[in-house]
Amino acid sequence: MAAFAAQSKSVAAARQGASLQLAAPSVRPAASRLHTCFASASLRAACLGQSVVAPRSRPAAGRRAVSRAQRVSVAASAGKYDYDLVIIGCGVGGHGAALHAVEQGMKVAVIEGHDIGGTCVNRGCVPSKALLAASGRIREMQNAMHLKSMGIQVGSVSFERQGIADHAINLAKTIQTNLKRSLEALGVDILIGQAKFVDNHTVKYSLPGRVDVGGTVTARDIIIATGSVPFVPPGIPIDGKTVFTSDHALKLEWLPQWIAIIGSGYIGLEFSDVYTALGCEVTFVEAMPNIMPGFDKEIARLAERVLIKPRPIDFHTNVIASKVTPGVPGVKPVLIELTDFNTKKVVDTLEVDACLVATGRAPYTNGLGLASIGVDTDRRGFVPTSEKMEVLDKDGKVVPNVYCIGDANGKYMLAHAASAQGISAIENMLGRPHVLNHNSVPAACFTHPEVSFVGVTQEKAEEMAKEKGFPLGISKTSFKANSKALAEKEGEGMAKMLYRKDTGEILGVHIFGLHAADLIHEASNAIATGQTVQDIKFNVHAHPTLSEVLDELFKGAHLDKAAANSSHAAPPKAKQPVAA
Amino acid sequence: MALSSRQAVQRSAGGAIQRPGAAKPARTARVVPAAVKDVFMPALSSTMTEGKIVTWLKSPGDKVAKGEPIVVVESDKADMDVECFNDGILGAIVVQEGERATVGAAIAFIAESEADVAEAKKKAGGSAAAAPAPVAPKAEAAPAPAAAAPAPAAAAPAPAAAAPAPAAAPAPAAAPAPVKRADGRVVATPYAKQLAKDLKVDIGSIAGSGPNGRITASDVERAAGRGGAPAAAPAAAPAAAGAPAKAAAPAAAVAPAAATTVSQLRGTTKPFTTLQQAVSRNMLESLKVPEFRVAMSMETDKLDALYKRLKPAGVTMTALLAKAVGNALVKHPVMFASCTPDGAGITYNPNINVALAVAMPDGGLITPVLKNADATDIYQLSRNWADLVKRARGKQLQPDEYNSGTFTISNLGMFGVDTFDAILPPGTAAIMAVGGSKPTVVATPDGMLGVRKVMQINITADHRIVYGADAAEFLQTLKAIIESPEQLL
Repeated sequence: MAAFAAQSKSVAAARQGASLQLAAPSVRPAASRLHTCFASASLRAACLGQSVVAPRSRPAAGRRAVSRAQRVSVAASAGKYDYDLVIIGCGVGGHGAALHAVEQGMKVAVIEGHDIGGTCVNRGCVPSKALLAASGRIREMQNAMHLKSMGIQVGSVSFERQGIADHAINLAKTIQTNLKRSLEALGVDILIGQAKFVDNHTVKYSLPGRVDVGGTVTARDIIIATGSVPFVPPGIPIDGKTVFTSDHALKLEWLPQWIAIIGSGYIGLEFSDVYTALGCEVTFVEAMPNIMPGFDKEIARLAERVLIKPRPIDFHTNVIASKVTPGVPGVKPVLIELTDFNTKKVVDTLEVDACLVATGRAPYTNGLGLASIGVDTDRRGFVPTSEKMEVLDKDGKVVPNVYCIGDANGKYMLAHAASAQGISAIENMLGRPHVLNHNSVPAACFTHPEVSFVGVTQEKAEEMAKEKGFPLGISKTSFKANSKALAEKEGEGMAKMLYRKDTGEILGVHIFGLHAADLIHEASNAIATGQTVQDIKFNVHAHPTLSEVLDELFKGAHLDKAAANSSHAAPPKAKQPVAA
Repeated sequence: MALSSRQAVQRSAGGAIQRPGAAKPARTARVVPAAVKDVFMPALSSTMTEGKIVTWLKSPGDKVAKGEPIVVVESDKADMDVECFNDGILGAIVVQEGERATVGAAIAFIAESEADVAEAKKKAGGSAAAAPAPVAPKAEAAPAPAAAAPAPAAAAPAPAAAAPAPAAAPAPAAAPAPVKRADGRVVATPYAKQLAKDLKVDIGSIAGSGPNGRITASDVERAAGRGGAPAAAPAAAPAAAGAPAKAAAPAAAVAPAAATTVSQLRGTTKPFTTLQQAVSRNMLESLKVPEFRVAMSMETDKLDALYKRLKPAGVTMTALLAKAVGNALVKHPVMFASCTPDGAGITYNPNINVALAVAMPDGGLITPVLKNADATDIYQLSRNWADLVKRARGKQLQPDEYNSGTFTISNLGMFGVDTFDAILPPGTAAIMAVGGSKPTVVATPDGMLGVRKVMQINITADHRIVYGADAAEFLQTLKAIIESPEQLL
């Protein structure tokens, strides 16, 4: 048996190797192809023909084969289209999709109307991490008590606002350049302009006020990846100086002494972390009854204790900022009228130096000309999209060859989710049906310390357990018991896992503590690959590391007796001789 | 009372660990009303002897259900939610957030119904006041006082803080007290509110010095520092936060103290604090130096405009003045030199370190130093100054940070003082007394009458090394800078 297993394994390995070899050449021509493509249309046809050869070497069955056949027929008349794939929007989602498409041998173009890299790189995750990195250091060095307890003394710590702002700007520029180069190196065409659908294979693009850029391109498949812009509720005028969104705040043009942040989600939280470290005071305005809505309740409570209470932050919950009057820095304060969420009565007026609107993000889908492919966005502007990332028309039917990924479809508004959706879309257009499990997509908030999670909250898990009638297991550990965390004197934090006690399925993992954002992937990968509690319990973690927090978390999970015995992944713990 | 045996069991049950029969004999002696149950500090681990209340998840008056988490307790290992073992209403909390209690000590009382809430409250008050002694002394002694004590505890520091006040108070007493808002609203920053809670200051009684009468953290600190005496305390805007005079101190010390404390001081003699003694010694020492004074008027319209422009960036008037002086001193090395102790030579100092006199909230004054004021940019100076003042209040300055000055500024401008005379700190060549800037009718160079804001600067110098012309030339340079302040950037 053992011998047979070994053999079959090696066969599998060999097969894998072979397919790798097969796949490789198809990529390289794709890259060099670009230059020749423009030279002659007939060459291009040949290239495209080649590009669809690669998938044919993979085993196919049933429906898949049919769709491939269709696709090949398209490829046969490949001269019809300029590209195999055109991606509208070059943010992280579009970039991820482009990379995967090229790897699959497709000829790809991206159309970008603003900045390469999109929100994440230019106005989101990336520059905010630079601000958080700098302000985190400042917070650390200003915490004299904490340093003293480790035997460190520092003199007065000071910073230069512009220096920190420049760091963020430079980082964004670097990442943007890297991203652009990586596309160019792969032979992806970058077209500049704002795109508009003509039909489901044709897109027009242009820049307002420019006659020298623009044109029309055709493609077999089109991905909408236009992303989002900050959402500003009605009644809030943005002046970019005293009332602004994350777009302006990331430039860190000044440090208001007192800033109100409307919305206490992860954007607001991260900014409160930056501002308070730099000596500003913060007031949160939250429409929900609790601050940090969307987070697991217990984690939010702990986060409140660590990230809010000891800092110069206060908050108003269950109120909306019904009216905001911009001020003049140093002269006139910003007035924020607070209205009770339930009674709709004005309850208070804040007088602060600045107001950051962090009430989430709205899809950027205006001007796409979706009507010409029979598609209506929903009330909030999201593009209706199937679980396979196919765009749906007014009647809920799939619009052939048009896909939508990322913030524009509103499924999960995170950069890496967009990228994963992009890969999923490519798989689907190549006839390999793929559905992304959003429950396995991790999320993180980069405060000090960080918050991260994957899957469902405890509240949701309890609901599920009740509904489906399974026993819910909850395992918890504290950073206080972790040697590495204690060595850093950062024992504040916890991890929590929600799982099915009968099957061992992992439903959700939440971490609050030092480097939580880096720790979550063990859990998210386990969920993505369908590993159960029984499987991951036997994983080994280096000592002493923060990863041991998860080690302890997994080991603290206990299944119902029956389930544990019938465990499919019979743990290799048994020392009994194995029949050979 | 027929239920007393049952109650004994319930009481011993503790908040989290229900162990009937574990009642200590001592506890049964106490009569517990039927409808009020205790929540005890649970033992969360085998090694736990005491726990800290991290958060109360419920507030007094909230309904609680059996099995519902009501409090988060921090043990030696972790933070844990502690569940309630009774249905009812949280009547009173005995051990507040952040306080510690021994395992087994009562941390709250749960009333069975609305009607019993009063009883629970009474119990909480009673156990705090008298009960602990006979009942589980070790267990309850710690948490109990904390519940009832806040009032006296807060009251106690008040007189103590008031006592040394006169020394520091004179100057601010003359201050234009920050206006309370006309609409009667209290606008306080988040940190000011937290501080007020921590320092037990009634935030409604403070006038704010921030924009539109906003109460800032420093207003609260000042209020607390003066024993909570309300409006008398706050001095001027944050920009001038630390300014009250050094040289003015000897004179001020004999001047009448703040009105609120005068009556208490009549007919008493208070010994100096160490700081006051040091000031006294230095002042006598200064009599050995032949001092003379030179004054000049300077227009400040442009400086004020610049300040207004830079204020959002955190630049303070104090820093602007220090920077102007620093830049002016570059051309006049003798102004920041010192006479050798034997009076036989001049020591030229390598660095332009500008010291600024700051009155301490508890009496005395200190002169934090902005080092290398000529070479440091205005933003950095402002930050350094904010840091120095903060730490000076916390008495955390290193000696080097208050005795390395080579030139001193004393500013009483924010009190509306026109001009005054400073006493030279020993070991330096000059000190500059800054008066208030006010609109003044002046003859303009083009022969017209105009209104300009004008302030008086009065230099006191050591005539052994600085002569009249030296001081005058320095003032000329300074005037040029202050009247064209753009060069400070």
